[in-house]
Amino acid sequence: MTEIRVLMKGNEAIAEAAVRAGCQAYFGYPITPQSEVLEYMSRRMVELGRVFVQAESELAAINMVYGAACAGARVMTSTSSPGFSLMQEGISYIAASLVPCVVVNVMRGGPGLGNIQPSQADYFQMTKGGGHGDYSPIVLAPSTVQETVDLVMEAFDLADKYRQPVLVIADGLIGQIMEPVTLPEMREPQRPPRPWALTGAKGRKKNIITSLFLNAPELEALNHRLQAIYREIREKERRWATFMMEGAEYAVVAYGTSGRICETAVRWARAQGIAVGLFRPITVSPFPYPELWEACRDVRKVLVVEMSAGQMLEDVRLALKDGLPISFFGKMGGIVPLPEEVYEAIRGLAA
Amino acid sequence: MTQKSEEKVVFSRPKALSDVVTHYCPGCFHGIVHRLIAEAIDELGIQDRTIGIAPVGCSVLAYYYFDVDFAEAAHGRAPAMATGLKRVQPDKVVFTYQGDGDLAAIGTNELIHAATRGELITTFFINNAIYGMTGGQMAPTTLPGQVTTSTPFGRDVKLAGYPVRVCELVSTLSGAAYVVRRTAINPKEIRRLKRAIVTAFKVQMAGLGYSLVEVVSNCPTNWGMTPVESLKWVEENMLAYYPLGDYKVAEGVKDL
Repeated sequence: MTEIRVLMKGNEAIAEAAVRAGCQAYFGYPITPQSEVLEYMSRRMVELGRVFVQAESELAAINMVYGAACAGARVMTSTSSPGFSLMQEGISYIAASLVPCVVVNVMRGGPGLGNIQPSQADYFQMTKGGGHGDYSPIVLAPSTVQETVDLVMEAFDLADKYRQPVLVIADGLIGQIMEPVTLPEMREPQRPPRPWALTGAKGRKKNIITSLFLNAPELEALNHRLQAIYREIREKERRWATFMMEGAEYAVVAYGTSGRICETAVRWARAQGIAVGLFRPITVSPFPYPELWEACRDVRKVLVVEMSAGQMLEDVRLALKDGLPISFFGKMGGIVPLPEEVYEAIRGLAA
Repeated sequence: MTQKSEEKVVFSRPKALSDVVTHYCPGCFHGIVHRLIAEAIDELGIQDRTIGIAPVGCSVLAYYYFDVDFAEAAHGRAPAMATGLKRVQPDKVVFTYQGDGDLAAIGTNELIHAATRGELITTFFINNAIYGMTGGQMAPTTLPGQVTTSTPFGRDVKLAGYPVRVCELVSTLSGAAYVVRRTAINPKEIRRLKRAIVTAFKVQMAGLGYSLVEVVSNCPTNWGMTPVESLKWVEENMLAYYPLGDYKVAEGVKDL
């Protein structure tokens, strides 16, 4: 299967990207607005002779992922916000067990059952651990369907490299929108050896995968090991993009869908002579703190835009260390901000 | 005349059972069931392709006691984890080892759906009618009237409902191929239990469907009895509510 250029819905692109990254097993549970990932996989994986199971719940799905990951398989699940809440327990176990997997969250409005419109209100639960204990997953934030394809594929490699869960933070807009995408050719993944995998103790001592360490110093040692991994991730894996930041007096900070909307507003404001640029984190965990600080060296004011009550806002404050006035424009409950609204907020900065 | 002495080993530790001290209480059935599973693994010659999954409960550390690859599941999720492990490597033999709280309370959903999908895995279900590890609270299988630390006046079915009969429930599911209830209160029953364990593994290996062996068990510590008293209590009370027997034996199982 060679590289192709097609018009594709975000959710289907997530699925096809996983297939082309060599995903061997997919376990999921239907939930709007990501069900097309599951539907697409139900056909595609079976055609390719790979594993697909529609689980009885998100709890079961993430634990099937956990099992397949323990076997050393390249494995993924996808869900939307309420389902992601249910998966948090399993993600904590997976992180503690040092096994790789990919989890895609196509976020919808909350809290509670909320609605099925796009939202970015899962930022805290995705980037700050969410489940119990000290773990800190890599969280990749695409803003277009193409970037979603690229990041889903990369997510598998990062998961393998660090033996940790890697999360993709998308939203209902990314999931439902159709855009032209270039799909890379089917990859034969170059994976690191997995001597830890549960494959049957043939010609070796038995392997045990557990997250239980009743002896406190042993659990402390595991935690130190995890923190060393997270330090390395923070050092090496920060990603971000900037747009029109040259000579900017004002900076807009936004990720994912908000990021692409802000790009339009920034372009309009520049055309009106307002010296504004956009800083868009691509990894929201690890957050590109030093890069945001550096990008805002000559900036006078900062505007954070999110489809939430202001969650990434806290990371922006950490990055800028209260050195700059920061204002916030947010939409909640599944409302997507209009470029016009962001443009007005930018004009407010410059006034 | 010189006497020739010849030694013949008639009893030894199964290869699939690690030579370590367990944390189980004196008189508990876990030790017996562990040994029988290990003997079955040895007899079937599957030690190098068997993967076990431990539950949360008294047998949470089972992975130390078996000499096969092992995972430790979240509470109740062993059948889901087993599904993931087995689906990506169908040539392996995968079993879960679960207690009544793990399997029949928090993990009922995973149990029912693994069985109904006909997952080619085997579950060993230890039913002792109590939460042992957390100190003796009511289990889903606690008998009516039974005193536990969370039913101090005895289980009142008006307040706490009725005990779950797992084999009866699972035997109604089309994906389940072999569902039997055994116990380990005497050598005869132990031998019957052993045969069921071997059969359950064979059912999985033959691809016939999901297999479950329930072991009606004891808990001398949390029942507040001597081991001998606990055996009597199993026989007189537990077996009356949980009758031993074959609840489902699908076509093809008898030919194994």
